[in-house]
Amino acid sequence: MNKTLIAFGVFACCAGMAQAQEAVVKIGHVGPLTGNIAHMGKDNENGARLAIEEYNAKGVTIGGKKVKLELVGEDDAADPKTGNIVAQRLVDAGVKGVVGHLNSGTTIPASRIYNQAGIPMISPSSTNVTLTQQGFPYIFRTMANDAQQGSVIGKFAATKLGKKVAIIDDRTSYGQGLADEIDKGVKGNGGQVTSREFTNNQATDFMAILTKIKSQNPDVIVYSGMDAQGGPMLKQIKQLGIKAKFVTGDGGCTPEFIRLAGDAANETTYCTQAGLPVSQLADKTFKARFVKRFGVDIQNYAPYSYDAAAALIEAMKAAGSSEPAKYLPALKKIHFKGVTGDVAFDDKGDTKYGAITVYGYKAGAWEPIKP
Amino acid sequence: MNELVEAIPWLGHRHPKAARSLITCLMLLAPMIALLFGNTWVRILDFALLYVMLALGLNLVVGFAGLLDLGYIAFYAVGAYTWAFLASPHFGLHLPFYLVLPLGAAFAACAGIILGFPVLRLRGDYLAIVTLGFGEIVRIFMNNLNYPVNITNGPQGINMLDSMNLFGWDISHAVQITDTFRINPLVSFYYLFLLFVVGSVIVIRRLQISRIGRGWAAIRDDELAAKAIGINTRNMKLLAFSLGATFGGVSGGLFGSFQGFVSPESFSLMESIAILTMVVFGGMGNIGGVIIGAVALSLLPEVLRGIALPVQQQLFGKVILDPEVLRMLLLSLAMILMMQFRPAGLIPANARYSRPELARAGKGAQS
Amino acid sequence: METLLQQIINGLVVGSVYALIALGYTMVYGILGLINFAHGDILMVGALVALQVISFLQEHFPTMSPVLMLLIGLVVAALACMILGYVIERTAYRRLRNAPRLAPLITAIGVSFLLQTLAMIIWGRNYHNFPQLISTAPLQPVEGVFITPVQIIILISSALLMGGLILLVNKTRLGRAMRATAENHKVASLMGVDTNRIISTTFIIGSGLAAVAGVMFSSNYGVAHYAMGFTPGIKAFTAAVLGGIGNLGGAMLGGVVLGLVESIGAGYLGTATDLCNLPHWLQWASLTQTCSNGGSFELLSSNYQDIFAFVILGIVLIFRPTGLLGERVSDRA
Repeated sequence: MNKTLIAFGVFACCAGMAQAQEAVVKIGHVGPLTGNIAHMGKDNENGARLAIEEYNAKGVTIGGKKVKLELVGEDDAADPKTGNIVAQRLVDAGVKGVVGHLNSGTTIPASRIYNQAGIPMISPSSTNVTLTQQGFPYIFRTMANDAQQGSVIGKFAATKLGKKVAIIDDRTSYGQGLADEIDKGVKGNGGQVTSREFTNNQATDFMAILTKIKSQNPDVIVYSGMDAQGGPMLKQIKQLGIKAKFVTGDGGCTPEFIRLAGDAANETTYCTQAGLPVSQLADKTFKARFVKRFGVDIQNYAPYSYDAAAALIEAMKAAGSSEPAKYLPALKKIHFKGVTGDVAFDDKGDTKYGAITVYGYKAGAWEPIKP
Repeated sequence: MNELVEAIPWLGHRHPKAARSLITCLMLLAPMIALLFGNTWVRILDFALLYVMLALGLNLVVGFAGLLDLGYIAFYAVGAYTWAFLASPHFGLHLPFYLVLPLGAAFAACAGIILGFPVLRLRGDYLAIVTLGFGEIVRIFMNNLNYPVNITNGPQGINMLDSMNLFGWDISHAVQITDTFRINPLVSFYYLFLLFVVGSVIVIRRLQISRIGRGWAAIRDDELAAKAIGINTRNMKLLAFSLGATFGGVSGGLFGSFQGFVSPESFSLMESIAILTMVVFGGMGNIGGVIIGAVALSLLPEVLRGIALPVQQQLFGKVILDPEVLRMLLLSLAMILMMQFRPAGLIPANARYSRPELARAGKGAQS
Repeated sequence: METLLQQIINGLVVGSVYALIALGYTMVYGILGLINFAHGDILMVGALVALQVISFLQEHFPTMSPVLMLLIGLVVAALACMILGYVIERTAYRRLRNAPRLAPLITAIGVSFLLQTLAMIIWGRNYHNFPQLISTAPLQPVEGVFITPVQIIILISSALLMGGLILLVNKTRLGRAMRATAENHKVASLMGVDTNRIISTTFIIGSGLAAVAGVMFSSNYGVAHYAMGFTPGIKAFTAAVLGGIGNLGGAMLGGVVLGLVESIGAGYLGTATDLCNLPHWLQWASLTQTCSNGGSFELLSSNYQDIFAFVILGIVLIFRPTGLLGERVSDRA
């Protein structure tokens, strides 16, 4: 009995001391940690985690008080409904800011909850244009959006690869959104869209639509969708003897695409990716630090997730408060050097310095090229 | 209600009155209890109530009339999209809920009749596959009607739907009672949905014991005999389809107002199957069973997330089965095992108007 | 012209895979009156087992001839699926044979999802590269029309398999027993037919065919995936209904017709519903503007490719429930 009492006392005393020493500021991260794209979700979480650990190591003072930052990681399984529930859970947990979610399909519905709760959310990887067009003051992103990527693809295809462009999309929110922007980009750069064709994200047979495309004899075929369809599609393009060049967006800009396309991928296969290649990051030591801490390589968006977390912390420091309502104005005006380069947001919450990189296929891998 | 009462193991038979008040208390206090664990659980309860309504509606078609509908989610979609069209900035219309909700229900009922007419002659398996096709057709149209003229906004879905505005009180805003005490919007939604569920249960209960309900039971048990005793099977089946669809349409509208965002991916075939599993699991034709089935299966993924992940971490040091995979596994096993060993469901239906033959078949199969 | 010819070839290849799957559906339906929803997923298991075997062979016997590898993979996959089909029939369907008609159907849906989930656990969610052991380098029989050796083999071997099956059902003792069981279980068993054995055999043959279809499917497209069976399964069922369920010839005809409709539909629906083709006096002002400089206003396009099967299914069931070649009535459930 006595022992328990003492133990309890010691525990309470320690807890009290910790509280007296430094306040804890919680920052949430959401991404799919289970399911299809769990590896990407983990990558994003690692990025945010590294930022928070490095800031903690340096010591963070907000409004004259020393604070300890803490990451609350959640899993949305890339599913909108789960995403909403998890968002609510973060709001319950009293986080002061959120890094996430990963894909636009979950980010857009969840953004409403954060905005209602008045908690800033910065997505490192949701590129759908709609996200920042909802007029939500609390929503930001550190990644160039689909409009930017679409116009880069459209310009690249229409000016570098040929005038006549056929566009295929997979009728998902991502694929269709990007395809519409590519369509605009092609037309805006003097190209001609010979046809818009459609498939779905479960399909394996594209022969019918490719045959139709072939009859219009385009110079370029652009696929706006994921690698699981893009790879086999490229194979079927070759099986039909189509000579057109092939471009795909960031959904296909993966090693998986190359694996699935096999021999069909060649020097006239291109892809684009929002953000900079790891080799061109502003912070040259980031990759080494990341690999040292987590023992895995950077997948895609970890640097952007790092910068999203950093933006939240920098804004809190600048405002001298971790209260969302107080530091939001600072976040809107923030400008600092992150690992990806300059970080700043425009009045909608989109990044001002969004970069898009074009890659070309070379000897079994994607290599950044000058568009 | 009575079926729910009987579902309580010991109390139900001994003290039905006590059991009844226990259930009432539980229903009313559920969000308060959930609040102790955070708003998240209130949100989960809200969704559970929507599923209860869907399951009740599907039960009307599958459990009462014996028509297997694998495209039920289409009516939910019709209701949700009606809300999105008539109460969102998409077309710039902001009609009040007392117009939108009945309209959604009416459209869904029409969709039910449209589906019902051609499939009237079909039975069992054919009906199942045609309704499955219907569900997919509706989803594919919603996914593609943004081109060449934008109607549904395609896969992007429609955002910023109006919330439920009860005569000036926007339910998605917290109600400030005193400075420190306020009613959470999630809780308001809970009671609103509860009201709808209770209303549905009363209507469905009345229907079940009415002439119509008995007609359905007769068609389900033997269509030829039903025809022979003068039941207009065609009208009865159409009525089942359209009434079932109505409940789907209403819950679709509620879903739209609650979520504020609709997109075609919420209305996949998997959702239809999930609702069917709720009905089958709880007990086809039994209102209490269906409610319990729907609540249990819609809480399942969250419970799994809360339990399965830590347990696996402890046992193996890593997560082997995602909660989502586990859920699929349990759902499919539930469907198979229930049919093998307890085809009448968790809480078998009352023999009088319900499915006695299922219970018998279950026993027969075991012997 | 070559575009149309190419679309016909595409349609025939897809259609013959549908036809092979449809045979399994139609046999089971003919005998049990059950839509075996899990049939499409057996196709998936076949493809993934073959993939596993071939990868094993490639690793340990790299010098083996590719055709032999494919054959071994095919045989193992077919055996595995036959066992699987037998097990499913024994454990899930048999005891429900006299249950109300919803019970086996719901079980079948459950089995389908169970197989998908198990496959997802075993093989993961990613798309797998299926080794294309037969060349996919396109040949040009006619200028501008392409066909690959794999596709030729698919066309020939599915024709052979279907012919063999028809011979089996119409000419052998087993086939006679199958037909008798389909006609009437009770009478057949009174006549000395072991109906349980016949039903099991039907499942085994159907599953074997599904495995073959799965390997063909994956060899053609070069991918295998845990959910690959569901959509072809549903479409093959449509094909079976289109041809007249319970009728083997009908299943083949239905498969080929569906394949052709899908591919020609996806190819030409857009052009056919393009309002820009309307005579000029019918076009309203804004339409004319859209149509100028090569624009189009297609009401429907390849995005509706996946609903053709369902629309056909609906139309057939409403206007000719017996299907193209069938004699049975739809009320058989």
